[in-house]
Amino acid sequence: MMKRSGAALLAAGVALTLGLTACGGGGGGNEAAKDNGGSSAGGAQDAFNAGIDKVYNPSDKKGGTLKMAISEDWDSVDPGDTYYALSWNLIRIYGRSLVMYNPAPGAEGRKLVPDLAESLGTPSDGGKTWTYKLRTGVKFEDGTPITSKDVKYAVLRSMDKSTFVNGPTYFNDWLDLPKDFKSVYKTPDVNTDQAIETPDDQTIVFHLNRAFGGFDNFAALPGTIPVPKDKDTGIKYRDHVIASGPYMFDKVEPGKQYTLVRNPNWDPATDPNRKALPDGYEISLGVNADDLDNRIISGDLHVDLAGSGVQPAALGRVLSDPAMKARVDNPTSARTWYTSIIGDVPPLDNVECRKAVIYGADRVSLQNAYGGEFAGGDIATSLMPPSIGGWKKLDLYPTGTGDAAKAKEALTACGKPDGFETTMAYRSDRPKEKATAEALQQSLAKVGIKLTLKGYPTSDYYSLYAGKPDFVKKNSIGLATNGWGADWNDGFGFMSQITDSRTIRAAGNYNLSVKSPEIDALIDQAYVETDTAKRDELWAQVDQKVMENAFVLPSVYSKSVLVRGKGVTNAFVTGAFDMYDYLAMGVQQ
Amino acid sequence: MVAYIIRRLIGAAVMLAVVSMVTFSIFFVVPRAAGATAEDFAARYVGKTATDETISKLADSLGFNDPVVVQYGRWVKGIFAGSEYNTGASVESCPAPCFGYSFITHQPVWPDLMDRLPVTLSLALGAAVVWLLAGIGTGVLSALRRGSIFDRAAMTVALAGVSLPIFFTGIVSLVVFSYGLGITAPGGVYVPLFENPVQWAYHLLLPWITLAFLYAASYARLTRAGMLETMGEDYIRTARAKGLPERMVVVKHGLRGALTPIVTIFGLDFGLLLGGAVLTEKTFTLNGVGKYAINAIVKNDLPQIMGVTMLAAFFVVFANLVVDLLYAVVDPRVRLG
Repeated sequence: MMKRSGAALLAAGVALTLGLTACGGGGGGNEAAKDNGGSSAGGAQDAFNAGIDKVYNPSDKKGGTLKMAISEDWDSVDPGDTYYALSWNLIRIYGRSLVMYNPAPGAEGRKLVPDLAESLGTPSDGGKTWTYKLRTGVKFEDGTPITSKDVKYAVLRSMDKSTFVNGPTYFNDWLDLPKDFKSVYKTPDVNTDQAIETPDDQTIVFHLNRAFGGFDNFAALPGTIPVPKDKDTGIKYRDHVIASGPYMFDKVEPGKQYTLVRNPNWDPATDPNRKALPDGYEISLGVNADDLDNRIISGDLHVDLAGSGVQPAALGRVLSDPAMKARVDNPTSARTWYTSIIGDVPPLDNVECRKAVIYGADRVSLQNAYGGEFAGGDIATSLMPPSIGGWKKLDLYPTGTGDAAKAKEALTACGKPDGFETTMAYRSDRPKEKATAEALQQSLAKVGIKLTLKGYPTSDYYSLYAGKPDFVKKNSIGLATNGWGADWNDGFGFMSQITDSRTIRAAGNYNLSVKSPEIDALIDQAYVETDTAKRDELWAQVDQKVMENAFVLPSVYSKSVLVRGKGVTNAFVTGAFDMYDYLAMGVQQ
Repeated sequence: MVAYIIRRLIGAAVMLAVVSMVTFSIFFVVPRAAGATAEDFAARYVGKTATDETISKLADSLGFNDPVVVQYGRWVKGIFAGSEYNTGASVESCPAPCFGYSFITHQPVWPDLMDRLPVTLSLALGAAVVWLLAGIGTGVLSALRRGSIFDRAAMTVALAGVSLPIFFTGIVSLVVFSYGLGITAPGGVYVPLFENPVQWAYHLLLPWITLAFLYAASYARLTRAGMLETMGEDYIRTARAKGLPERMVVVKHGLRGALTPIVTIFGLDFGLLLGGAVLTEKTFTLNGVGKYAINAIVKNDLPQIMGVTMLAAFFVVFANLVVDLLYAVVDPRVRLG
């Protein structure tokens, strides 16, 4: 028995290996890559990028179970405690925030539309006060009507960062809270009306400590999804989130699976944004990443919830087989992979030395390190990616295989004509970052810049190593691989956490290198600017200054290779999250 | 015999205590020696945007500012007396045996481990049956037909089994047998044995065979070598001279003599597997102790890592004890005392 099984496995293994090698040998740049869209009047059908900017297999037919899986897990299903894009995408099936991103393909998906609120926010007091009116007739899964007080409670509870450590801190930073307010759990009796008023059950008014023109983006945060105070169990609320959207949790098995079924108290008359096509969702957690790809390819699963693309093992297969490629979408994300050039460490405190690093870098090898044109992304010329409002193409540095002459010129200007030595940090458990560090080491060696590479574990990368200024200085870390995705697709959503020097603290920093009073001043201007176009222009200037000062070496604007599951309907990539829109997707019967 | 068992049990308890101290030191003392502060430990449990104040408060509330001995004492006390943890809105109880509380998943470690243990037990037991039958059977036949085509073919396959990693054979077998031929279940599903035994076996069949393929190979080679040695012993010749049937000579005398090293290695292998068949569980998406261990390591969830380490150490120590007791059964020359 053993012999037969073993022989069969061996034969299968050899066959598959040969098959994969053959597939991989074709590379990505074949003619099939050029087929496009193929949309019909009613929407796109099987074709490469059929789900980009249009709807693949449009349908309003309800029924079936949408099967999703993810190779690991995400922070939390609690709307007050989550910071993953996939989670913000998914959360809309069971929670309704005041405002939401339009469930539509491409750039349309970045537009804000009212959800729990009747309309977008009404600003007053020069942008310091924002008022929303709630729709009537919206209920929790237990039939209790949703009021503005439930939204206020949800926002306030999400601000308790000792309990909910994962979510963003925008409300903490911007609401005009009384000083004696600590949290809804520790100081439940403190009056918080100066920050959030609820004059009646349908009205909620936010008061900010300074004007902010983009507050509707805050209102779209999962933190505004209502939470009934009497059902709040603190950190344990994640075990039973009370639904306000069309689906509610049926099974919650942390680390294993979630299942969701229809919420009988969701009324479609109160909700113009949701089609609610599937009868339910099955979400498996911790599925082997390669097996997950195989299951989507074979039709056993519909969606990889992570939305970050297939693994390298499946990449050659899906890109070189025309039938498979017709099931692929290749969106550009609002994420840039880059290397921080840290000015705290001499001689990189001299801008010319920082420029030498950028001139000397082989940008093509960096693109290849991240996975090439399809799986890695396009070569980046700026920190800000193109899908962010206000983005302008910058052309400050060459994007080829490195410009040795310019690099030498910069080194001479920096007083280091023979080059210099520095240390480069990368996340050792991320093969792409290791490849990036090695590629940079090779290309910079040609201009006399000698890099010593040091890998650190991802889990402690920001808290103990590259994100800790004392450690960086002590270990002379001049370069560090880095990457950032937008909280939402405007300048504030992408740039505020990684370019404002005032966000830098003792440890746990994501801004490793951008330290400029000039940039901080531009950011302050952008914060108070209520005109969207002017605000976008200011963020574009921030981007320009970051590159002029050579604070970062951008590698790629991230792209991902997504595979449409067999039998999905209404599938498209939303510009809000740059992955499939989980709210709109249905499944064929 | 009783005195021997008691002595071994005391030894096992001491061994587990030492393992716990060493593991605790690796995670809590070594980083401190390298300069990590209490806040650095706490920073692992906060999100992207926590302020220094939040991190500092968390370090206090998680007790990272206390001396390491106090922290270790608190952990040991939790095992025997349980602990309580403040989670914000409520105080969560972690009843004894409390092997820690994960501040990432906000679940006590012990119930998580017990929830996942049946999966690992089912996987290890089923695979052990398959690999013992296949490995020992092949080894005996190879030894008896030394130099035959069967012997050479079996040993070649065995070499492949030892050489191929499980994440390769696992994925390949899933692609071929589950997604291609559709004769075995895809990964990701575990049906409890007492809920539906047929479905339990159906969903575990491929993981069993894949895992067993790896181990059967070593056991076949080990059995073959042992059998070749014992079959040349004087007592085998004596047995044959007495006129015993060949089957009895092989099974009762030859195999029994060859089993001693097999039992030893089986005890270690099985004990290790009960602590988590890490690669198999990950490959087939089985939510057992091994996959729990991977998640804990990826997220740097120290209480979970400590819990898994202790469980794995317990199984290895316990399996070794059982092996020592089994020696007396397998080899009549061994006497415990």
